[in-house]
Amino acid sequence: MVVGKSVQRVDAVDKVTGRAKYTDDLCDKQALIAKICHSTIGNGKVLSIDTAEAEKVPGVVKIVTCFDIGEKHYFPTAGHPWSTDPNHQDVADRLVLTDRVRFYGDDIAAVIAEDEVAAAQAVRALKVTYEEYPVVLDPIEAMKDDAPRLHEEYPNNILNHTSSRFGNYEEAIKEEGLTKVEGWYDTPTVQHCHIENFICYAYQEGERLTVVASTQIPHIVRRIVGQAVGMDWGKIRIVKPYIGGGFGNKQDALYEPLCAFLCKQVGGRLVKLDISREETFMSNRVRHAMKFHLVSYVRKDGTFAARKFEAYSNQGGYASHGHSIAAKAMGAFPQLYPCENVECDAYTVFTNRTVAGAMRGYGMPQFAFAVESHTDDVAKVMGIEPIAFRKQNLMPVGYVDPFSKNELYTDSFNQCMEKGMKYIDYERKLKEYQNQTGDVRKGIGMSVFWYNTAVWPISLETSSCRMVLNQDGSVQIQLGETEIGQGADTAYAQMTADVLGIPFENVHTISTQDTDITPFGTGAYASRQTYVAGFAIKQTGLLMKARILKYAHELTRMPEYNLDIVDGNIVRTTDGRELMTLGELAKEALYSLEHCEHITSESTAQIKSNAYSFGCCFAEVEVDVPMCKIQLVDIVNVHDCGKLINPSLAEAQVHGGMSMGIGYGMSETLLYDEKTGKPLNNNLLDYKLSTFMDHPHLEAEFVENEEPTSAFGTKSLGEPPACPVASAIRNAVLQATGVAVNQAPLRPQVLFERFKEEGLI
Amino acid sequence: MYDMKALYEAKSVSHACELLIEHPQSQVIAGGSDVLVQMREGKRAGKELVSIYMLDELRGVTLDEDQNIRIGSLTSFSHITHDDIIQKYIPVLGEAVDMVGGPQIRNIGTIGGNTCNGVTSADSASTLFAWDAVVELTGPEGVRRIPISEFYIKAGKVDLRPGEIQTAILIPEKAYKGYFGHYTKYAMRNAMDIATLGCSVNVKLSTDKQTIEDARIAYGVAGPIPMRTKTAEAFVKGKKISKELMKEFGEKVLEDVTPRDSWRASKAFRCHIGEVMAERGLEKAVKRAGGEI
Repeated sequence: MVVGKSVQRVDAVDKVTGRAKYTDDLCDKQALIAKICHSTIGNGKVLSIDTAEAEKVPGVVKIVTCFDIGEKHYFPTAGHPWSTDPNHQDVADRLVLTDRVRFYGDDIAAVIAEDEVAAAQAVRALKVTYEEYPVVLDPIEAMKDDAPRLHEEYPNNILNHTSSRFGNYEEAIKEEGLTKVEGWYDTPTVQHCHIENFICYAYQEGERLTVVASTQIPHIVRRIVGQAVGMDWGKIRIVKPYIGGGFGNKQDALYEPLCAFLCKQVGGRLVKLDISREETFMSNRVRHAMKFHLVSYVRKDGTFAARKFEAYSNQGGYASHGHSIAAKAMGAFPQLYPCENVECDAYTVFTNRTVAGAMRGYGMPQFAFAVESHTDDVAKVMGIEPIAFRKQNLMPVGYVDPFSKNELYTDSFNQCMEKGMKYIDYERKLKEYQNQTGDVRKGIGMSVFWYNTAVWPISLETSSCRMVLNQDGSVQIQLGETEIGQGADTAYAQMTADVLGIPFENVHTISTQDTDITPFGTGAYASRQTYVAGFAIKQTGLLMKARILKYAHELTRMPEYNLDIVDGNIVRTTDGRELMTLGELAKEALYSLEHCEHITSESTAQIKSNAYSFGCCFAEVEVDVPMCKIQLVDIVNVHDCGKLINPSLAEAQVHGGMSMGIGYGMSETLLYDEKTGKPLNNNLLDYKLSTFMDHPHLEAEFVENEEPTSAFGTKSLGEPPACPVASAIRNAVLQATGVAVNQAPLRPQVLFERFKEEGLI
Repeated sequence: MYDMKALYEAKSVSHACELLIEHPQSQVIAGGSDVLVQMREGKRAGKELVSIYMLDELRGVTLDEDQNIRIGSLTSFSHITHDDIIQKYIPVLGEAVDMVGGPQIRNIGTIGGNTCNGVTSADSASTLFAWDAVVELTGPEGVRRIPISEFYIKAGKVDLRPGEIQTAILIPEKAYKGYFGHYTKYAMRNAMDIATLGCSVNVKLSTDKQTIEDARIAYGVAGPIPMRTKTAEAFVKGKKISKELMKEFGEKVLEDVTPRDSWRASKAFRCHIGEVMAERGLEKAVKRAGGEI
């Protein structure tokens, strides 16, 4: 069995030697180069674009402005499965180029040229006149009656507002002897910062249009490109090679629609659109900045009597993934710490910031920062040690979510917390670090999280798989579920090897998705792939195995039920005798003059289950109070994501998520000019993505409780590692200094202001 | 692909000067870690470049006959950090330039480029100010040497005349002999960052190590160009070493620094950490000089 083993990832050598091909490596060097002209205002209308000077630049092939797009095909960009029910479809509010500018960096024109320099020169030579409107960058400001309205059909800029109510909050707070704890918590706009910026190229052959793109979701993008350029979906072909990360930014149609449109503008010639880092920050997607207002009424015994949750989610200029993110955060509130009387409201509000979409954690990093900071604040007010307080109030074993039917089957929270406490020596340090004075103070803090796996029952969950047997007994496997750096291809190969009973080396995962030939699957998001693809692999593998054994019966005369495949051999189970190798069988099957058969299998697994994943993070910090600086000294994440398919890859996944969490908690924030909405630090120098030098050793540990709903006992691990880190760091600073910092990231400027307010400096 | 009009490769210092006179609109390029970035951003797009990168005579650190330290302008940061002369006489300069960017930038970036940019945040600049460095400029009219404080004119502007290039930076013997220093870079992360504030302090102690004979302190990002805070320097001169003195030194720098409010950091915040950095920097420099507090 290879599931559960840390085998080397299947693409390791190609990736470290530079042999792996990414989009730019594959693009013909003769391609025309497109560059986008982005708006230099944050809100308003394009009145005119004078192209005369730009046309004169040698090498310019064509300039297309927002006034040249012809029939307007509005399209949604969110990488959600399509819904045939119009009420469940994403908001279609984008055009490939727009004259109505809704954020600084909106796409208003494009130049197609023979090379990059000519394209850049021509973009600089375009003369744009605007009618400028005031900008609004904050969701609460944007909801006011006198705020500028971004989309006519959304009064007060509210894209959506949903609520949930349990019990009777207003009555419950009248109970005698309650302590009220209230706080506002603020999370920043951050960007994914995948290594490979978005890139794609498009060309036409006959009536059909191919886009090769750095995307997480090729089958979804096919549909969106079809919608955006007004072509039948079957005439669109999307190819997804290796990609340098996505983290949710590429779970959106970014510029595939525009590139397809531009390609059509030049008669189907090959057009490449390569996005710069500055554009990635300004004009791709970001994580929703959210403001939370939390209120807890707590009894003397430390239990909750009533709780209130309000979230204001900053959507930026267009709907993208929209309210799904705030709704997910809201959904978690009554579940993590169940309470009988709860009032929740979530608002998703358009502003003139960068468009917010999916980003690793999908609302949960924001939720965890607010709610887990609040948990420590409540514990502090009540004088209860934070872990004891959590143990008293956390989701109990046996809890079932009425909507998703997810269940907490095992004592995962306590098991994870015990492991984390042990690693970091929590109890000793908690005592030792109490009541410190002096310039440099140490602190320890923690945070928990839960996370869903996949999107059922909110949306479709499906995965299709194809397996093909080769002459030597090896197998190709294809899935719509994508390798985006996380190691999915390796996990698929491990699962396939075990289901079929063949050596790991004999499974070839076809990494590239090509919508013309790859079975349908919706791609990498929602930490779904290992779980969801697991069902498709198991089902298709068993189908394949049955076909192989049927053929083996013809060759051996043994009944199928007395045969098995073990380590690539056809084995008689009655006495364990190896009758032939799978390669011998496959060769016979392909070249037989008696009965020729290409043994393959293909099937779709629709999944109507979901699973909770659990865990926690512990962080130890050293705060230099006069310097307003935090040094992260030690950190550990503990996850119960069910059985591990590949422990080394799982650990790597956790390391990456922790790194993102460290940046989220300590340094990363995309800043905007208040007057114009212009992003101020849209580059990797001024946007403080954390570096190796900012990380201590990252410890990843696991509790492996097998998930009973899962084909391989596994559940989500892709996004969870990024969720609990920022709040653990924040709570460690609280322990060190006594200062509650409710604004992430806890960067020096913020600490300076808070320490001053609290009289520490 | 860079939007570059032409690249002229200088074969000698005098050839470089000729090329600059011949092409008055051109831009000097050394390591290119700033110029190429700006060109990509479109700021210097379409420019002619005069490269001095091949002029090996401008590389290296030497002691001249008067024991002045001479750093060729093309000497890279990593070279300076690991150079024996620097390590022996002014290790703090090696430490300061070891905080520039990341390893790749420190291998390609030069001290000449770092200073000719005229930016206040340059990690080498505050230390060079604190060590009374002298800038050597070579042009069609010959060589001139000016104190670094006069070389910087305003943000982004240095005293380079037409046809001139910077050929060396000198640290006079009297400026370093007996002095010990410390550099603090305050940045938002521990690598790949520019300074929010840089502070370089050095001291000379009395023979009994009880008194500060002389102290010099310079800041980057405390004003539009790197600056010394003379009030604080004068204040500690001749005073007995004590914890209180360090604190008072920190307070005194506030009389001279003029940082600005920006989205990168507020003025109040920069002033606050400036004070802490002066106090701690002096303490560390005193300890390095063998003093006790």
